[in-house]
Amino acid sequence: MLAGFFLKLKEARIPVSIKEYLTLIEGMQEHVISPSIDEFYYLARTTLVKDESNFDKFDRAFGEFFKGVEAVAGAELDLPLEWLRKQAELNLSPEEKARIEALGGWEKLMEELKKRLEEQKERHQGGSKWIGTAGTSPFGAYGYNPEGVRIGQDKSRNRRAVKVWDQREYRNLDGSVELGIRNIKVALRRLRKFARDGAPDELDLDTTIDKTARNAGYLDLHMRPERHNAVKVLLFLDIGGSMDDHIKLCEELFSAAKTEFKHLEYFYFHNCLYDFVWKDNRRRHAERINTWDILHKYGNDYKLIFVGDATMSPYEILHPGGAIEYMNEEAGAVWMKRMLNVYNKAVWLNPEPEEIWTYRQSIGIMRELMGARMYPTSIEGLERAMRYLSQGGK
Amino acid sequence: MRFKGSDTYVATDDLMLAVNAAITLQRPLLIKGEPGTGKTKLAEEVAGALGLPLLEWHIKSTTKAQQGLYEYDAVSRLRDSQLGDQRVHDIANYIVRGMLWQAFTADSPVVLLIDEVDKADIEFPNDLLRELDRMEFFVYETRELVRARHRPIVFITSNNEKELPDAFLRRCFFHYIRFPDKDTMERIVDVHFPGIKKMLLREALEVFFEVREVPGLKKKPSTSELLDWLKLLLAEDISPETLRSKDRKTIVPPLHGALLKNEQDVHLFERLVFMARHNR
Repeated sequence: MLAGFFLKLKEARIPVSIKEYLTLIEGMQEHVISPSIDEFYYLARTTLVKDESNFDKFDRAFGEFFKGVEAVAGAELDLPLEWLRKQAELNLSPEEKARIEALGGWEKLMEELKKRLEEQKERHQGGSKWIGTAGTSPFGAYGYNPEGVRIGQDKSRNRRAVKVWDQREYRNLDGSVELGIRNIKVALRRLRKFARDGAPDELDLDTTIDKTARNAGYLDLHMRPERHNAVKVLLFLDIGGSMDDHIKLCEELFSAAKTEFKHLEYFYFHNCLYDFVWKDNRRRHAERINTWDILHKYGNDYKLIFVGDATMSPYEILHPGGAIEYMNEEAGAVWMKRMLNVYNKAVWLNPEPEEIWTYRQSIGIMRELMGARMYPTSIEGLERAMRYLSQGGK
Repeated sequence: MRFKGSDTYVATDDLMLAVNAAITLQRPLLIKGEPGTGKTKLAEEVAGALGLPLLEWHIKSTTKAQQGLYEYDAVSRLRDSQLGDQRVHDIANYIVRGMLWQAFTADSPVVLLIDEVDKADIEFPNDLLRELDRMEFFVYETRELVRARHRPIVFITSNNEKELPDAFLRRCFFHYIRFPDKDTMERIVDVHFPGIKKMLLREALEVFFEVREVPGLKKKPSTSELLDWLKLLLAEDISPETLRSKDRKTIVPPLHGALLKNEQDVHLFERLVFMARHNR
C-alpha cells in the first residue's frame, strides 16, 4: 500500500528517494506515531519532503492518495493566490497598494480577480475579449484598472496563456527563485579561481613545517602571498530601451559582480555590440570607447559576460547600418564574432524567460552567434553559465 | 525519551512529532523557517526538557567541516619542538577536538546543535555526510577511529540562504516552522509574559498581524520582534486604549521601531499611514 503512495509522490514530481521511503517504514515499525492519519501525514512529510516549497505538491498528492479522490484534470489550473498577489505588486506603486488595502483588502480583491481570470480563460477559448474592456469589472469600481496588472494583456498578446500559468509561473513559485544580490553572489562564486600573487605576507604553515623538519628541527619560516580571486571578467551590459523592464535585476547582478571579482571591467552597449561602447551612461555620446581598443587592451584570459535581452529587430544584428542609434559601418554580428574569436570563454545572460526565446527571432540569432551559450538570469541559469565559464579547456 | 514542549516553548503537534521521530530513529532534524520563529531555541528547549547537555556549533562563512571533527594544532607543536617540550613526541597532544568529536565521545547522549548550516561554504554539508550518517570518522594523524558511543540528537538550522545538497537532505528529517497563527501566538506570548493584561495582548496582537500584512515589507516582524515590542509596551505602560484608537490605520502604532527593523520598511509604513489619513 505504501509503495503506491511512494510512487504517487514520485509522480507528483516530489524528489523522494528509496532511502527516505525506507526511513518512513522504519518509523512506522518503531511506533513513532500512533495509528492516526494526521500523525502519519506529519511523519511522512518530515521524512520525505525536504523543502517547504514542495509542501503544496505533497499535500495534493497525499490528499489524492488517501481520500481516493481522483485527480481532476485541470485541477492544476488553480491559480496560485500568492502568484497573483506578487504579479499585482510588481505593477503597482505603494500608493495604489495602500488604496487597495483601504478598500476591502488584498484577499478579497485577489479572490475576485482570480475568479474573473478563470472565467475569462474559458471565454478566451470562445474567442471573446479579455479583462479590462467591460465596464462591469469589479476592479473598475475600485478605480483600479486590471490592465495595469497586465495579466490579461500579456496573455492575449502572446497567445500562450494557459501554458504559462501552469508551467512557468507555478514552477517559479514552487522553486522560489528569488534572485537577490546574495543569491547572485553565491552563483558567481562558482567562477572563483584562486591564485597567489603579490607580496608574500602570509605564513605558509605547511611549507614551514616541512622545511623545519628537513632543517633538523630548526625553525625555517616560509611566507607566501595571500590568495586572491584571479578571475578576470569583462562585463557588457545592454542598457535602455527594452532593457528598462529588467533594470533592477541588472543592478543587482552588477553590484554582486563588482564585489565578487577583483578584475572586473564593465561597458555598456545598446541592443547589440557595435564599434564602440561606453562606461558612463550620462556621457555615452561624449566618452565612447572603441571596441577595437578593448580587444587590444584586455588579454584573452578575460572571460566575457554579456547581459541583455537580445530583443531587437534582426537587422540590428545582421546588417551594416542596422543600429537604431547611428550609422554602423559593420554589422553587429561581425563585432560579436570578432569578440568571440578573441575571448573564447563567453556567455550571454538573458533576463527574458527562457520559454519565450524561441518566439523572438533576434534572440535566436544572437544565441546562434554565441554558440548556444545563452542562459536565463535565474539562479539555475546563472549557475550553468558560471559552470561553463569556469570549465578548463581552451 | 519524548519531547512534549516545555514551559517556555510552545511546540505545535507537527513539530513535536518531527522532533520525536528524529530522536527515535536517530536522524538529524533539519529546521527551517522565517527568522525569529525559534529554530535555535528549539534545540535548547529539547536539551532542557530531556535533561541532556547541549553542544552548540555555530557555523560561519569561514567554517570548515573538519573543524567540527578535530584540528591539528601544528603551531603549538612547532613551538614546543623549539622549546624542547616532551609533549612534542605524541602528536595526540596537538589534536584539538571539535564539537562532533565531543558529542560522539560524551558519557551520556547529548543534543548537538549545528546552527545556520547555510552560512558555510556550499560544500560544507557534503563533507559531513558520513559523519552524520554513520556517526564515526577517522583521525589521520593518530590513526584512530572515533565512533559515537551514543548517537547524539542532532538539530540543524538553516535560513535558506543556500540550497542544501540532496545527499545531505536525504539523511535528515525536515521540519519547516510555519509562522504561528493568532492562537498559537497567544500561547507563545502567554508563556513569555504570564501576567500580561488580556486586553493589551489582544490589541497588540491585532496591530502586529496587521503590520505583518502590509504588502511590500522587506522584513516582516517575527515572533521575537513581537516579544521585544510587548516588553517595551509593558515597560512604557501603554494602555490598550492607545492601541485600539478608532482608526488603527491612521496612526503609527507606538514604539513601532521594535517591529520594523529596516529603514525602508519604516518609511513605507509611515507613508502608508499618512496616505490612509489623507484619503479618509
